[in-house]
Order: sequence, then structure tokens, then C-alpha cells
Amino acid sequence: MIETINLNRKFGSFTAVDNLNLKIDKAEIFGFLGANGAGKTTTLRMLCGLLTPTSGTITVNGLNVVKNPEAVKRSLGYMSQKFSLYGDLRGIENLQFYTGIYGISWTAAKTNIKSLISQFDLDKYLKLKTSELPMGYKQRLSLVCALVHNPPLVFLDEPTSGVDPKARREFWQVINELAYRGKTVIVSTHFMDEAEYCNRVLIMQAGREEVCGNPLQLKQSHRVATMQQLFLKIAGADNAQS
Amino acid sequence: MPSPKRITAMASKELFHILRDPRTLAIIILMPVLQLIIFGYAMNLEIRRVPLLIDDQARNASSERLINAFSHTPYFQIVPANQRRLEPEELFKERRAQATLCIPVDFGSASQVLLLKIDASDPNSAQLIQSYAQGIIASGFPASLDLRPFILYNPDLKSSFFFVPGLVAMILVMICALLTSISISREKELGTLEQILVSPVSAMEILLGKVLPYIFLGLADALLILGVGMLLFQVPFRGDFLVFLGFTFLYVLCSLCLGLLVSTLAKTQQAAMMMALGITLLPTLLLSGYLFPIPSMPWLLQKLTYIIPARYYLQIIRGIMLKGNSISELYQAGISLGLMSIVMLIVAVKRFKLRLS
Repeated sequence: MIETINLNRKFGSFTAVDNLNLKIDKAEIFGFLGANGAGKTTTLRMLCGLLTPTSGTITVNGLNVVKNPEAVKRSLGYMSQKFSLYGDLRGIENLQFYTGIYGISWTAAKTNIKSLISQFDLDKYLKLKTSELPMGYKQRLSLVCALVHNPPLVFLDEPTSGVDPKARREFWQVINELAYRGKTVIVSTHFMDEAEYCNRVLIMQAGREEVCGNPLQLKQSHRVATMQQLFLKIAGADNAQS
Repeated sequence: MPSPKRITAMASKELFHILRDPRTLAIIILMPVLQLIIFGYAMNLEIRRVPLLIDDQARNASSERLINAFSHTPYFQIVPANQRRLEPEELFKERRAQATLCIPVDFGSASQVLLLKIDASDPNSAQLIQSYAQGIIASGFPASLDLRPFILYNPDLKSSFFFVPGLVAMILVMICALLTSISISREKELGTLEQILVSPVSAMEILLGKVLPYIFLGLADALLILGVGMLLFQVPFRGDFLVFLGFTFLYVLCSLCLGLLVSTLAKTQQAAMMMALGITLLPTLLLSGYLFPIPSMPWLLQKLTYIIPARYYLQIIRGIMLKGNSISELYQAGISLGLMSIVMLIVAVKRFKLRLS
């Protein structure tokens, strides 16, 4: 589904993403883990065509992201780290706006998101202005907005930051269902426990890939009990090296 | 090809923002009205009650008649002569008088010559004072200098005829450029643009969607300014209203495109605001032919006026309001505005980045 070869991104002299080689399969939940500033957001932004790589190539479904941005953008949904719906618009108006800029009809969008809205218990909140929604519901609405066009690929940049544990669990249930329905979900997080929900995770540090694999196998091979311990072990090893 | 569906989505979202944001509404409704009132009353170029000192050395019937003529107009106020004789220069320096009229001893019999000294530190007022004085003498004293200026379109030389059309031009370009540039830079600042940029929407669609609702607002604003201007300052409207609307549409479009161009340069709302004001306010005031006639500018500045949209619109609005011009006399200015809009839109689309940096 997604493949990167020697992906690099520099901001001036700062290297945000350093030689990343990835292969993400269809219907996989792929997690980017790492501390703030590890390069997760930069990677996600490059994968969905928001940022141009300094060097390296990215292909999504066989299409080069830099050369065919429009075709690639049609096939993806993206939820940015920062809440970026319009606060002065009602929930329903936000949904209609994103439906419109993806060029699809509201009837089609409604069938795409109907079950999601009831599952998220969003019905009664759609009439409210988005700025008045509780944080958890803002995040849910953001996710629904990213899915109005039923994209096969979903990018979620730290979707659960600032959300209470119960809402986080519910959110991950939905992410699981998306993958079950055949969508590829790429998610970044700094909550190590959330890594357990992923099929594969990639732990990033200073723009580089530290380890990549299935959480269960990673824990076994590194002889740790939790992802938290694995992360600390990797971070510690790295600190010892430098 | 830009998709009408996506443009409509952008435009209707923009309309929601406008209608729900009191700040934008204030810019659209209050700013022009306030500006018109402030500028309108402050830029009143007619002068009244010019302090005039009359040095009457003749003291005869003729000189008395003359003084009467001057004191019975609203234009002059006679400054009481002091015991101590002051030289005009001193009076001017102390700002006790702006003009002095010297009536020689033999006035009315041997001499018909009068000496009018005018403080020309403000040349515009000086010119007005001169013409007022000449007017009084010409009308009341047919035997003396017979200078009768024949003035077209604004026989009373009412300055409102001059500044109301100019203000419509200036306020419109300012507000339109502000609106589009702020609305785009606000989305950059809030991060909402990022969410738009991951969609397949093109730069042209984003920009057209932004401009569309503001065209109607700009036109509404033009009518508002015009209406208030006509009501408060009694400016005539001699031309065809639909012609006015058509040309104003072009000017609004041009000003909005200017705002788009600004938004591709500015990263923050504040920068956009400063830039939009900077490139509209002073250039329009100084280089459009509003305050200073273009033919009397140096060569380089004359050439520079060709890129000022208000230059064309002033020609249009003065033509329609005061002279009753029709399309055949104004189409060239209209074409210029249309071309400028297209060029600025294309440059803005080329410059608008669909990626983050």
C-alpha cells in the first residue's frame, strides 16, 4: 500500500526524518511511536503529500506522491495533530464542507459516515458549534470529517492526545473496525500503551527508525514486558551510545 | 478544471465565517461608514471664514462698498484692525490673518488697483482664497477686473463632489484587499489550511471559493458607501446605475485579487493586514489621481499610476457620478481593471503553495 525508499527531510540544517525505508500493507494498523520531535508528524505529512521530501521516494498504491498528489490525496483521509475543524461552524456544516471539497455528494457522504456517527454518539452534537464540543467529541468529529469520502487510507496524527482514557479506548475500537473493514490506518502516538493496538509499530528517535515490527514479537525479542519498557530500553541504549 | 462543487463548498463555508464573525462584519459595515464620515468631514476642502485684514487707506464710499461685499460672504471674516499697524508677514506668522486686502488712498477715483496678500503656506487654501476674492470682486464690481471662471460639473466647487467618489474608490480597495488576505492567512495561522491541503482541492478552487462571497460583500459595501456619501454630502449621481454596478464589480474583483496576492506573501493575519493596508492606502491616496492630478506628477510616478487599480476606478466613478458617462467612454478603464484582476489571480494561484514548508 505504502512504500518509502531512503526518505529524508531536512529543515535547514536540522534533519527531521533520516533515511526511512518503510513498507505498509493493506488493512494494517501501522503505528509511529516516539517522543515529541522524533519525526512522526513530519513523516506522516510527507506520506500524505503535505510536505515534499528533501530526498527519497514515496509511493502510495503504486503512485508517486510527489508526482501525482491529486490522485493520492483522493485516496486518503488525514486528521492533523492540531484540532483543525472550523470552530465557528456547526458539526454538520464541517462535515458538509469536507464532503464538498472532496467533490462528492452529501447523500454519498452520509452513507459513508452514518454508522460511524451513531457509533461515536455524535448525532446530538452535530447541531452544535464545533468550538462548543467537549475535547473528546471534537476528536471524534475530526475523524469522521477525515472519512467522509470513504478513503482506503487513513492517517491519524496523535489522534488521542488530550483525550481521557475511556474515550481513547473507544477511539481505538473505531480504528480497529476501520482496519477490519479493509482500511489501512497509519497512526502516530506518544502513548506507548496504544502501540499494543497496532499490527506493527515503528519506534522513531531523532528522525531515524530504531525498531520496527509486531509489538508482541518486539517485546519478546527485546525481553521486556511492556512497550513502555521497550521504548525506555531503546532510548537508554541510544543515550549510552552517544 | 476547477470543480464548481468544490468552489461552492469553499464559498459557502466562507460565508458562514463572515456571517458569524462580528469582527469581519464590523470591517465590512462599520469601517466604511466611519471612514466616510471621518474623511468626509475632515477632508472638507472648502474653507470658510478666512481671517482677512482690510487696510483701508481710502475711507470713501467705494472702499466701504468693497469692505461690505467682503464681510457679507461666509468665506471671509474681517479681522478688526489694530491700533498698531502690523505688517502682513507678522499677521501671517501669528496666524491672525490668512490674507490682507490693501485699499490704496486714491481707490475709487484715480486707482482701481487692489493688493491682496495671501498666506500661501497652504497653497490649496491660498488658491481658494484667491478665487473667492476674485469672485467677490467680479460679481459686485463690474467696472473692475472682469474675471468670470466658468466651471463645469461642480459649479459651486463643492469638495464633496470630489472626495465622495474618491473615498468610494479608496475604502473599497482597502476593505476588499483586507478581507481576502486576512481570511486566507487566518486559515494558515489556525492550521485549518492543512486540513484543506490534504484534500484534492486545487489552488484555483481555494482562491475562487475565497473570492466569491466577498464579491457580493464588496458590491454591497460600494452601495453602502455611495448611499451614505450621497445622503450626508449631497453628491449627485448622473449616470446609469447598472453601468456603475458593472464597473464596480470589476474594481471589487481587482481589489480582492490584490488581497489574494498579499495572502500568498503573508504568513500571519497581522502581516497580511499591514501589507494590505500598506499597498492600498497610501498608493491610492497619492497615486490614483485622487488628491494629486496625474499629469502634474513626475514621469516615473505617472508610469507607476498604471498599476494602481483606483486610478481606473476613479476615472469610472467620477465619470458616472458627475459627468453621466456611459460604457463607451469608460470601457478602456474597465478592461484595464479586468486584465489586472486576471493577472493577479493567475500570479496568486501560481504562488499559492499546496504544500507546507
